[in-house]
Amino acid sequence: MKVEIANLTISFPSPQGMSQAVRGVSMTLGAEKLGIVGESGSGKSLTARALLRLLPPAAVVTADRLQFDGIDILKASERDMRAIRGKRAGLILQDPKYALNPIMTAGAQIAEAWRNQKKGSAKEAMQAAIDLLAQVQIRDPKRVAAAYPHELSGGMGQRVMIAMMLAPDPELLIADEPTSALDASVQAEILRLMEDLVSRRGMGLILISHDLPLVSHFCDRVAVMYAGRVVEELAAGELVRAQHAYTRGLLDCLPTLSHPKGRLAVMSRDPAWLA
Amino acid sequence: MSDVVKRAWLLSDAPTSRSQAAWGRRYRLWCDFSSNGLAMTGLVIVVLLVLCAVAAPLLAPYDPTLQELANRLSVPTAAHWLGTDELGRDVLSRLLFGARVTLGMVIAVVVTVAPFGLAVGCVAGYYGGWADTILMRVTDVFLAFPRLILALAFVAAIHPGVTSAVIAIALTTWPPYARLARAETLTIRSADFIAAVRLTGASSGRIILRHIAPLCLGSLIVRVTLDMSAIILFAASLGFLGMGAQPPSPEWGTMIATARRFFLDQWWVPLMPGLAIFVASLAFNLLGDGLRDVLDPKQR
Amino acid sequence: MISVQELRVKFGTVEAVRGVTFAVGEGSSFGIVGESGSGKSTVLRALSGLNDDWTGRMTIAGHALAPSRGRDFFRRVQMVFQDPYGSLHPRQTVDRALSEPLEVHGMGDVDRRIRQALAEVALPPSARFRYPHQLSGGQRQRVAIARALMSEPEVLLLDEPTSALDVSVQAEVLNLLADLQDRRKLTYVMVSHNLAVIAHLCPQLGVMQGGEMVEMLSAEDLRAGRVRHPHTADLRRLSTELEEA
Repeated sequence: MKVEIANLTISFPSPQGMSQAVRGVSMTLGAEKLGIVGESGSGKSLTARALLRLLPPAAVVTADRLQFDGIDILKASERDMRAIRGKRAGLILQDPKYALNPIMTAGAQIAEAWRNQKKGSAKEAMQAAIDLLAQVQIRDPKRVAAAYPHELSGGMGQRVMIAMMLAPDPELLIADEPTSALDASVQAEILRLMEDLVSRRGMGLILISHDLPLVSHFCDRVAVMYAGRVVEELAAGELVRAQHAYTRGLLDCLPTLSHPKGRLAVMSRDPAWLA
Repeated sequence: MSDVVKRAWLLSDAPTSRSQAAWGRRYRLWCDFSSNGLAMTGLVIVVLLVLCAVAAPLLAPYDPTLQELANRLSVPTAAHWLGTDELGRDVLSRLLFGARVTLGMVIAVVVTVAPFGLAVGCVAGYYGGWADTILMRVTDVFLAFPRLILALAFVAAIHPGVTSAVIAIALTTWPPYARLARAETLTIRSADFIAAVRLTGASSGRIILRHIAPLCLGSLIVRVTLDMSAIILFAASLGFLGMGAQPPSPEWGTMIATARRFFLDQWWVPLMPGLAIFVASLAFNLLGDGLRDVLDPKQR
Repeated sequence: MISVQELRVKFGTVEAVRGVTFAVGEGSSFGIVGESGSGKSTVLRALSGLNDDWTGRMTIAGHALAPSRGRDFFRRVQMVFQDPYGSLHPRQTVDRALSEPLEVHGMGDVDRRIRQALAEVALPPSARFRYPHQLSGGQRQRVAIARALMSEPEVLLLDEPTSALDVSVQAEVLNLLADLQDRRKLTYVMVSHNLAVIAHLCPQLGVMQGGEMVEMLSAEDLRAGRVRHPHTADLRRLSTELEEA
């Protein structure tokens, strides 16, 4: 599996003409963990969603190349896309509360995702769902399988969501702020779990977040986006050696426990970054 | 001020006064609305209807009560564009004057019903508890009655006429508005911005009047416009059943009622007021649909 | 300035806050950290008067607080909410939002006060007649802070004031809050799940878990790792782990 994006542009019509939300982004991804970091409006989510063609209908997408495992996403039919979405590539969203169907049990939802791909009996599907719940380290998978989403905590819901996305054995997982609605302790557990599953299954992972330290902790590479562009791409371990003023600014403006600051550094946005 | 300057003033990112900001917002809504062709059609027809009603004495070729018995039940001719009725009165003139009665009734109903429903709904939703229980059970009682029967009973108890028809229609149409306003209030009242106003120390009355009611207004206006056609039909039904406007008043429903005897032979006589009701109802529905697209926050 | 003793808050049969006690000196800041469901926001809402179903004893500036508060209380104590998208009325301009407290408290000189408030939170004068949807998240939070300051309060209750903001904007807002405290001698009570943010602004803090305040300590002790309760140690570890990456 290989994802290739070259010179991706996403624009939206506005009263002042077309406004570009993503401006010439290029990146490639194999079986590795890539983090995309940026502030709200930087285009990080749009870039990832363009891969699954899950953009708002008004969006106009152009690219020199936008490929998932050799399939041209720009030209693919809706039917081809359905074969990718949820089967070869899964998407995990911020809040499981809205992403899970409130009137189906967790187990039934995972089983359905599994059956869509594997075509087994209902019984096999439920067994597979329980196995998957065990894989995402839920201690009592039978009980959780029978529970409705509102009976689950945020962290538990996100595990169910991950189990559901893993059901069809995807090659790529896109996680869009998967833990920002969760407590810090749960956040770490979920990310560790995702990291572990992805490495064990040899999948690709795109982790989208606004939290630079967090992402660099769990990914191999980090792409920093600003105003629709990738301003810097670095290996996760080399965060301290970040070159771009924006990346440095993101790190400097954080309050920390270990290095108390009298006053937080404020980012001064250089108009040249937009060029 | 030239149009270009005006437009820039309205669409300014940095308005310099409250009224400029408010007009800018309205102008943007108008831009959204006017891009919807069907809604604009509805608006144009409604405006034309209102103009016809207002200018009826100028537009009508004849006196609506002038009888010309020699020329009764005539087909549409050059002299009588829409024909004449059973007493030889000009149908076009009667329709024009009838628009005054029909639209007047509709407006009277809306003006009483909307504020009342809004007030009941907001109070019930905001205070909750006992106030909510009592107000909503009363609403339920009114909702539980078949509308037409309740209205007929009420009109029969007083005496048939336009005023009692208006009151009767109002009596049976307010409950849905109260329910709508209550539902909106329930979602709004737990919002942080209402908590923030409460923390300024503002009184409950002020919060309801200045912060909650304006937010309910959008969906209420939409509902009212969509209900207009129902109210027109209701007024016409009452007229048809002889419980609304009384002959010789040219109310559209009453006109159909008196002309129903000629339905098989002189079908155009009852058809004309029927068409008028159809066009007016459709226009209000189109307008309401368009308004919903721009005003209802849930649709966005 | 503020003292809270044995505060208990019940929702139905569930006790969300189970006997919380703390005190804050005038012009100082007290932080409350905890995970979701720990009861930290409930403490703040009881203190602000938004929740009147509590028992215990709370005083502000020596006055004991009753479940329902007078207008004078609301002039002296104000609150800033977490979500800048939800805390501003969607159909009201910034100007209207800022003049509301002035009208309620019958304070004159509206025009000058609003201009001054905008300047104080570093918003351009052009923002005055905009609607919330025309502002960024950071700008909205500045408006919310300006609104809280309009009645010239002495106490500001901050409910996760920066957790919905981008980190660069968070830094600006935290700096603004520090400046305002210096300038106006405000007393803060801040609630957050972010230990580093709390420790940055508050010299004293309490850690809540399951409705109880399991530990109170100074920011210095927290930084140095001088913690007693295991939950505090857990939170601290999670926070510092990422910093070392």
